[in-house]
Amino acid sequence: MAMAAADIERLIKQALPDAEVTIQDLAGDGDHYAATIVSEAFRGKSRVQQHQLVYAALQGNMGGVLHALALKTSAPA
Amino acid sequence: MSIREFIDREVKGNDVVVFMKGTPQFPMCGFSGQVVQILDHVGVPFKGINVLESDELRQGIKDYASWPTIPQIYVKGEFLGGCDIVREMFQAGELIPLFEEKGIAVRDRAIG
Repeated sequence: MAMAAADIERLIKQALPDAEVTIQDLAGDGDHYAATIVSEAFRGKSRVQQHQLVYAALQGNMGGVLHALALKTSAPA
Repeated sequence: MSIREFIDREVKGNDVVVFMKGTPQFPMCGFSGQVVQILDHVGVPFKGINVLESDELRQGIKDYASWPTIPQIYVKGEFLGGCDIVREMFQAGELIPLFEEKGIAVRDRAIG
């Protein structure tokens, strides 16, 4: 039950092509990451909606293969 | 009563309810524990519901809010978010104003 950081980034960029993605492996076990994502797609959306965009990008992996992904999302300044 | 009706009743029947892993006294996951800590620090009474007690509930809550992770926090029947969002709001000083705006007593006028 693990996912590589590169796979997470690829999936997010597939759904949000303009996204700037920074991924931090919190525990070194491929299961606990933090991701900072900046994308125009987040502009004007609530935090819940922003995070739901990311979960959709991860195509069902979130909460299953990927146990923990702490998210920090924002639109470009 | 279906799991959805159970969830709906809990969400609408409590000012603040946290669907979490474990209980407020014994959180079984770091993220659930963080939310309990924040709510205790801010001094907001809440009801903790342990999703580990039933797989049906654990999946049902994810479908209910179309949100794939636990914990999930609801305030006055509305989905507020998971651990990240509550922590981010707390750090941005938005959490207490939100509770006050919803008419929920905040015991401790701490920061955030």
